[in-house]
Amino acid sequence: MDKNSNAYTFIFAVGMVIVVAVVLSFLATSLKPMQDKNVKQEKMQNILNTFVGDSLLVDGKKVLLTRELASEKFDQYIVNQYALNHKGENVDGKEAFNIKLANEIKKPVEEQVFPLYEANYEGTNYYVIPLRGSGLWDAIWGYVALKEDLNTIEGVIFDHKGETAGLGAEITTDWFQESFEEEKIKNDQGDIVGVEVKKGYSGGKDKSDNQVNAISGATITGDGVTKMMKERLTKYKPFFQKKKNSKLAIR
Amino acid sequence: MSEQKKDIKTKEEKKKEEMIFFLSKSEEKEAFLSKANRKLLTDPLDDNNPITVQVLGICSALAITVQLKPAIVMTVAVIFVMAMGNVVISLLRNLIPNRIRIIVQLVVVASLVIVVDQVLKAFLYDVSKQLSIFIGLIITNCIIMGRLEAFALGNKPWKSFLDGVGNAAGYGVILIIVAFFRELLGSGKLLGFEVLGHKGLTLADSTGLYALGYENNGFFLLSPMALIVVGLVIWYQRSRNRKLIEEN
Repeated sequence: MDKNSNAYTFIFAVGMVIVVAVVLSFLATSLKPMQDKNVKQEKMQNILNTFVGDSLLVDGKKVLLTRELASEKFDQYIVNQYALNHKGENVDGKEAFNIKLANEIKKPVEEQVFPLYEANYEGTNYYVIPLRGSGLWDAIWGYVALKEDLNTIEGVIFDHKGETAGLGAEITTDWFQESFEEEKIKNDQGDIVGVEVKKGYSGGKDKSDNQVNAISGATITGDGVTKMMKERLTKYKPFFQKKKNSKLAIR
Repeated sequence: MSEQKKDIKTKEEKKKEEMIFFLSKSEEKEAFLSKANRKLLTDPLDDNNPITVQVLGICSALAITVQLKPAIVMTVAVIFVMAMGNVVISLLRNLIPNRIRIIVQLVVVASLVIVVDQVLKAFLYDVSKQLSIFIGLIITNCIIMGRLEAFALGNKPWKSFLDGVGNAAGYGVILIIVAFFRELLGSGKLLGFEVLGHKGLTLADSTGLYALGYENNGFFLLSPMALIVVGLVIWYQRSRNRKLIEEN
């Protein structure tokens, strides 16, 4: 067959595509379980990271919180998982861990389910709320752990899909995430406002102004973080209110 | 008659001898690591280095040399993609229609990259997160397409394999050298180990060099420093290898 003929070229192209497709889909399907396990363990690690930090005490020794360790300890530290509706009531038949926030966010508020994790570490209660929003190029997400007052931040974890390395991607660095610690998510009037990532911030270590310093060169990613925090946290207002009421009732 | 037969016999024998001679000669040519083949492997390491001599693949050299570990993984990934890509293209070189050869090369490289990406995601998740988009960028690594087009399309598989490994290793060597200096001077670590001692909050908490007041150079973590280190490597290489100095 003439190698330069249209027919040969066409047959070659079709054959190549079929072979490549079969090989790649076989590979992708056979590796999927292992990849899913990694993603699941990473999620557990991220959730624990917000209130445990990078390492935790096991038998009196500081051990790095690896993915494997996180998946072992997850059930021990996460005492309750809620899947809330927009009224702050727990929805039956849904598990917080399996909720895909990326899908929920697209729905109208009335149909959304809001995951929330109640944790207990070394005798203290924390509430971990998953976040999701958009940065400059693609999705950004994270977890924020609130202390028992449901106002002070214990720790945050951010991650991103495709922010620019060195600029937007800096939201994953320790110094940026550490600046959120001890910040308040409510303003003086008691409204939930989240924490603003502020350009040219001059407040230093002021923890009561609902602001942290932005990353230079990453304005849009920073605004994305601000928006994400406010948008997500305000959705938990009914739940916060209920918690507060029940606490008052107990007293 | 008998004489004629003899004649034929001798002719056949001659042919056989010729065949054997030819075979042995070609076998000699195909010796696994003949001088020519060794050159394919070693040339790109120095005389014809893709980064320092041909100045290709600079972009990824800047991006992933902050730490040694991703640099090493990237090197392994590129060696795999380049060697396999070269072999596949070389095996298909007589079948590939000329008009769509670039597309075929792209498909081969892209599929190999997906293989690497999927395997890393399954077995080396942290590394795959760190390399994230750079793995995908192997596809656009100019060195790979260049070798497929310039070498694999016109040479046999074994030679192409060596050429691929050689060029990828030449790329990787520079990557690792740059990453070594950037991680050591930028964060005082090598492969994550604190080789210069531990830096505490105060001098009293610190050990090793940090106890003497040594500070990490944060500039090494930024990409401009990668270019400067590559420049220094080029300088050093040319001072040793006079062949590389161009005449003005």
